[in-house]
Amino acid sequence: MQGAGHRVAITGYGVVAPCGIGKNAFWRGLLGPGITTAKTVEIAEWDPLPYFSNPKEARRSDRVEQFALAAAQEAFAMSGDLPYAPTRMGSIFGTGIGGLRTLEDQVITRVEKGERRVSPFLVPMMMSNAAGAAISMRYHLQGPAETICTACAAATHALGYAARLVAWGQCDAVVSGGAESAVTLTAVAGFANMTALSSSGCSKPFDATRDGFVFGEGAAVFILERWDAAVARGANIIAEVLGAGSNADAHHITAPSPGGVGAQACMRLALNDAQLRPSDIKQVNAHGTSTPLNDSAEAQAVAAVFGSPTPPMTSIKGVTGHPLGAAGALEAAAVLLSFEHRLIPPTANTSSLGDDIICDVVMGEPRAWTPGPTISNNFGFGGHNGSLILGPAN
Amino acid sequence: MSQELFDRFTKCAVELLSVDASKVTREARFKEDLEADSLDLVEFVMALEEEFSVEVPEKELEGITTVGQAFDLIAAKAK
Repeated sequence: MQGAGHRVAITGYGVVAPCGIGKNAFWRGLLGPGITTAKTVEIAEWDPLPYFSNPKEARRSDRVEQFALAAAQEAFAMSGDLPYAPTRMGSIFGTGIGGLRTLEDQVITRVEKGERRVSPFLVPMMMSNAAGAAISMRYHLQGPAETICTACAAATHALGYAARLVAWGQCDAVVSGGAESAVTLTAVAGFANMTALSSSGCSKPFDATRDGFVFGEGAAVFILERWDAAVARGANIIAEVLGAGSNADAHHITAPSPGGVGAQACMRLALNDAQLRPSDIKQVNAHGTSTPLNDSAEAQAVAAVFGSPTPPMTSIKGVTGHPLGAAGALEAAAVLLSFEHRLIPPTANTSSLGDDIICDVVMGEPRAWTPGPTISNNFGFGGHNGSLILGPAN
Repeated sequence: MSQELFDRFTKCAVELLSVDASKVTREARFKEDLEADSLDLVEFVMALEEEFSVEVPEKELEGITTVGQAFDLIAAKAK
């Protein structure tokens, strides 16, 4: 990362996803079968109690905040005690929506029972900054605590901004990532009526027969630290944030710009930030939502930036579905796991690429690789583009 | 004091405030003994209103700090 010149280390992370809770279960999930028969995928039998001091505290947290705190717990356990002043530690978090379940429940309560029955916790539970604020409060992080809400690019933008605060020397450590839990009946209807959801209930990014995304949820949280300070405290450095890009299509509220020109520019910004050439990139972790439009534009953008053949490209959304604002967080976790296991997980369910996909998409079996700089893309409604480049620790 | 009413009151407190039933005594102070903040109390009063089919205007809650005071207020309304 450019700026004050500090390198940015990742020293801990945690994951909560329908395919697995905790990084190891998540990895096994990524290698397992994808979603083939559902328009939504949620964490089954979620129990928030292990992550709260009592049931009252759990109940006054929306599920999206519960996910965030659960992932943060794993991240902090991995990272170990951070020896920095609280004012030098921040929380830069991402979410697309926030506590939508709470809002929807309380709207129903108001209609059925009247205004006097609306919960006094509605506001603190539904506000989109609640999850990031909860992390800041629980871990006593008194530096910047901000939430980025750029739809499905939110967590990627959060990670990029968090890394910049460390690189610039404004913080010694920043907790970042993203969370989403917005699979409500109303939201599902909204996405379905805009024909974004898969009508077949199968998430198959880049496949010729892809027909929309499967609506998911989850969270991942990362501890970013100044590299030299992490070394000095003897931390185990897992990976490095090498660069980040952020821009906008300024084209259409939902459709990507033709040819993915916004995405191309975004990837080039990230490469420039990392001071890397396209040929230095060894894996593309694609946004790859399984919608016809996104995957076509993204594949064109990747081909334009990296030439032919492209680096191996994968999308984990065949397994995870699309967790909106948490997408970039789950994908960053997948990248770190692909470093650890020296395998690129396959794009689940995808067997026959569309004619418009001129990329080396990893399909079928996981592919062995020598870990190297990896770019993770995420794009959000509103024309928001985010690219993050992560590298193995060395 | 009706034990049946107090048991129902206690049940609400246990559920809403996440406290052990043994702590819900007439002398218990919401803030200090039951660790309930002002938003907890709003939610708790809502639950009591549902449980006892009563209405407690906000004004009547002024000055109420203990379980006994709150219970008496509810019990007087619950006919």
